Amino acid sequence: MSASTLNAASGVRSARLRVHPLAVRLWHWINAFAIVIMITSGWRIYDASPVFPGIRFPPQITLGGWLAGALQWHFAAMWLLMINFAVYILYGVMSGHFARKMTPIAPRDVVHDLGAALSFKLAHNDVTTYNAVQKLAYVGVLAAILITILAGLAIWKPVQFQELAWLFGGYDGARVVHFFGMAAIVLFLIIHLALVTLVPSTFLPMITGDAKPAGAAPQHQRSNAR
Amino acid sequence: MRPSDEMRRQARDLSISVRPELRLIERRLFLRQTLSLGALTLLTGCDATAPSGVQSILTNMSKFNDAVQAAIFRQDRLAPTFSEQDITKPFPFNAYYSESEAPVVDLATYKLELSGMIADRTPWSVEALRGLPQQSQITRHCCVEGWSAIGKWGGVPFADFLKRVGADLTARYVGFRCADNYFTSIDMASALHPQTILALTYADEPLPVKYGAPMKLRIPTKLGFKNPKHIMAIFVTDTYPGGYWEDQGYNWFGGM
Repeated sequence: MSASTLNAASGVRSARLRVHPLAVRLWHWINAFAIVIMITSGWRIYDASPVFPGIRFPPQITLGGWLAGALQWHFAAMWLLMINFAVYILYGVMSGHFARKMTPIAPRDVVHDLGAALSFKLAHNDVTTYNAVQKLAYVGVLAAILITILAGLAIWKPVQFQELAWLFGGYDGARVVHFFGMAAIVLFLIIHLALVTLVPSTFLPMITGDAKPAGAAPQHQRSNAR
Repeated sequence: MRPSDEMRRQARDLSISVRPELRLIERRLFLRQTLSLGALTLLTGCDATAPSGVQSILTNMSKFNDAVQAAIFRQDRLAPTFSEQDITKPFPFNAYYSESEAPVVDLATYKLELSGMIADRTPWSVEALRGLPQQSQITRHCCVEGWSAIGKWGGVPFADFLKRVGADLTARYVGFRCADNYFTSIDMASALHPQTILALTYADEPLPVKYGAPMKLRIPTKLGFKNPKHIMAIFVTDTYPGGYWEDQGYNWFGGM
């Protein structure tokens, strides 16, 4: 029995399903805003002295206009990103959000769900729970954001935070880690946006917080019928 | 009818009655959003930074970051030092002009000028500066662009010099004016850091023109642009002096 029928049967709550609590929605959109600023301004900063000479970002898709402007954006938005991230981690641990929605991640489930996803047979009729691949992707991108923040702090303050810089293999090592952390986040973003486009019923709940029960979404029922 | 449905119905009725006003507000919002989007696209121009409202937020955040950096700065926190074989060869030349345009200062007539909150403002020749106790360091120079290079500099510990000339060590800023029209300034706490030196040598040789002859400030706790070359005058002040790059938008503290 799915959560939707439970709700309908008990009749205590309205017919709509609670998908994302307000705290998660606020975090998500503040994080999205901060991440986009960090990535686009970071590309402009990167271009001033590329870590990999063959890799450059077209100025048209960067933020800040020039190095000083990009640095201003980067070091302003970093506070938004870090504070928002820290509050979310605290909330996720203390409210049980992480335990409830992100765990457990069994390797067998990941393999099964990945196979189902790649053959377009993965069920999406219940948007209140995450499948194993989703859980892994969310935990993965959170780890990538954390590592990128830490490597960024090491680059920002290689003297004051020199132990942190040492952890990343020194100043140059921290620049490499910061770059690959960004690349991992961008990869997540591309897949994330592609999947939202494929399963649009997941989009509105991240704004409104709730969704219609599965029965009211026939376009997904069809794809889930096996 | 349940209360929530009743409220929803009322809200719907309300939204119908205020529809024209809502549309106006929506249009206004849309215009404002497209305006800021348009302004964002302007950011790709070199002179334009950000629309004034956004720019004032960014400028204030940069000032906030100055305060944060001053707060986490520790005088006993030393920049990592390296061995001779770690030195970057050749050490890169870097300035807002090309190497051939670097100013050549006549050592015979050179006198370092002192001004501001300093008791003894007698100018200093290079000879007199070389007569003071010297210190050398192999440290990493980090450019705000992201590249870095390891070099060896020697010279007079800046804290010793400031004490010797009777500078007011409670003043907020130390400013520098240079032969290449460059200028910058640092906070007093960083000026007194044990690794901050008035560098007279590079790789144990008198400082060459390309690295800032006759004297540069070597301050490994700050980014490259806070290490002025060809220093002609030093002043101590409580009035914010800014700097060549800082006045254009680079973060003033520039700490590492």
